[in-house]
Amino acid sequence: MTDPENTVAVPGAPTEAVLDRDGLDELVRVLVRRGRTVIGPTVRDGAIVLDELESADALPYGWGVELEAGQYRVRRRADQAAFAHSAGPQSWKSFLHPERVRQWSAERRPDGVLSVRPEAPQSVSYAFLGVRPCDLRAIRILDRVMGGGRYRDPAYLSRRTGAFLIAVECTEPGATCFCVSMGTGPAADAGFDLALTEVVDAAGHRFLCRSGSPEGAAVLAELPRRDADEPTRAAAASAVSEAAERMGRSMPPVDLRTLMRDTLEAERWDDVTARCLSCGNCTMVCPTCFCTTTEDVTDLTGDHAERWRRWDSCYDLDFSLLHGGPVRATPRSRYRQWLTHKLGTWHDQFDSSGCVGCGRCIVWCPTGIDLTEEAHALHQEATRTESAP
Amino acid sequence: MTTPTTSRPPSLPRLGVFKFASCDGCQLTLLDCEDELLGIAHELDIAHFLEASSDIGTGPYDLSLVEGSVSTPEHVERVRRIRDQSRHLVTIGACATAGGVQALRNYANVEEYLATVYARPEYIETLATSTPISAHVPVDFELRGCPIDRGQLVEVITSFLAGRKPGIPNHAVCFACKRRGNVCVTVAHGTPCLGPVTHAGCGALCPTYGRGCYGCFGPAATTNLPALVPLMHRDGMSDEDVGRFLHTFNVTAFTAVEGEGPG
Ligand code: SF4
Ligand code: SF4
Ligand code: SF4
Repeated sequence: MTDPENTVAVPGAPTEAVLDRDGLDELVRVLVRRGRTVIGPTVRDGAIVLDELESADALPYGWGVELEAGQYRVRRRADQAAFAHSAGPQSWKSFLHPERVRQWSAERRPDGVLSVRPEAPQSVSYAFLGVRPCDLRAIRILDRVMGGGRYRDPAYLSRRTGAFLIAVECTEPGATCFCVSMGTGPAADAGFDLALTEVVDAAGHRFLCRSGSPEGAAVLAELPRRDADEPTRAAAASAVSEAAERMGRSMPPVDLRTLMRDTLEAERWDDVTARCLSCGNCTMVCPTCFCTTTEDVTDLTGDHAERWRRWDSCYDLDFSLLHGGPVRATPRSRYRQWLTHKLGTWHDQFDSSGCVGCGRCIVWCPTGIDLTEEAHALHQEATRTESAP
Repeated sequence: MTTPTTSRPPSLPRLGVFKFASCDGCQLTLLDCEDELLGIAHELDIAHFLEASSDIGTGPYDLSLVEGSVSTPEHVERVRRIRDQSRHLVTIGACATAGGVQALRNYANVEEYLATVYARPEYIETLATSTPISAHVPVDFELRGCPIDRGQLVEVITSFLAGRKPGIPNHAVCFACKRRGNVCVTVAHGTPCLGPVTHAGCGALCPTYGRGCYGCFGPAATTNLPALVPLMHRDGMSDEDVGRFLHTFNVTAFTAVEGEGPG
């Protein structure tokens, strides 16, 4: 696992350099040679998805995206940038916390004795190429939820421990991004093995690369590279700071945790409920939503049983089913549970916000429900109520 | 699947498969369970299954799978007899759970339909409506789909044998679609999709191949059609198109939730 404390580089290893496209090609080759399964962005089915990369050729060179609430389109770009897009339909959660994992299996022997076999830990060694700063934070949040506290999840830890993270700073925020409001981007400061900033200008297409761990520095040392020059540094820094000025969305400038706590009975919840399909898309694309349910499977003989865990969602009526019926029977209570957990009670539970401002839930909501718009509306309603005589 | 070698215990639970107004596709799903069929035959005594054998065993049955809708006066009597003979009755498919595509007549004049379709309508004895089995007798479990999903059918049979509740989620197709890693056809392509209001069970088959879900599993546990219909209009469907989209295999079930807001 990337250790932010342990960022002292191997003596003599580079901590900063400039890579060309062949440097990026070699990066994927080096990682594959080191036994890594490299996951990164690639174009499939009209979207930039995350998938296993055989080589850097599969990166979305020359592709961008146009995002709006409930709408996503890939677009050809005038340049050959590889990372000038923002969050797609999946997140790294799909790999660290897969949608369905077996937890144990049991056999009934002919003499009737049961033997239970725990699931062996995954031996996969991931390298994630193209982790956005908001998603770096999301991984840190998942580390706390799944890998911290009293109950640590072996299925998560077996995938997460040792994963090599290559962050890519954002230079082309989407119309649905609001990482600045959430304090998560567009610059990457820690928690990565390598960080790239893509620069495309008159001086060419290149990547400013920084190492953030000894392994990152060791990998960088194997790549064709040149020393970081001042113009590239300056171009990278201004691309990122300009991105911060071009956020498509923002949150109201208030303490969101208090806002959620104080607006539980707001009328706005009825308004959003009328538009919500309870389809759960928002939770499944969210890089931090982690909820699961249990599935017990038997074979026809009943001699073999398995316990599986699969993604579930607070929008699923059965998710809160107790004897007698679901606790959150109304769509209003389900939407409210989701938003107040993300922005409010997550703080009580895990000491941080549950939202990193990636905007996925806005884009992939079929009806285009936008949590920033809902937060603004709740804030306005609260202000109106306060100032009412 | 290895061929079972142990001999059968003397009294296996008895399985009956019955058909009402339907196309047989759902019961054929049972024959289609190639890998599991021998296992099923080993665990259950297949007493009545006309698609598989003309060797008919009389009731009672421990598990009855009922396909098709109640469509004639004779059906009304027969479904009661089958219920009386069945310890556990599961309806399979859109016809048995919602009346099927033949329930379109529930919203039309059945005499006119008869005159249009049959040369000698006076030979046809039919009810004015096509109704699900549950409108006539108590049903223990309803398995959706047109046709049903093979994996879900095996799960229903397996859970019956184990004495547990079937693991059949009631949420929308979108859940399965996202779990499968699909790119949403509505959001990314502007293709109308009924996934957000349709009961999961198919594994998001249509969106996986780039087309919109057309609702063959009927409504999910919660729906909000008034929120979805404007998207279908945006993506180029007329009112008539939307009507046709919703009023097919599960016409009665979608009609029941059509005017309702978030539920
Ligand atoms: S709540 Fe929405 S914007 Fe926030 S992290 Fe989740 S998907 Fe991203
Ligand atoms: S907010 Fe949007 S994505 Fe989430 S459940 Fe409601 S309609 Fe679906
Ligand atoms: S393609 Fe259809 S089923 Fe899949 S997520 Fe989109 S709306 Fe839902």
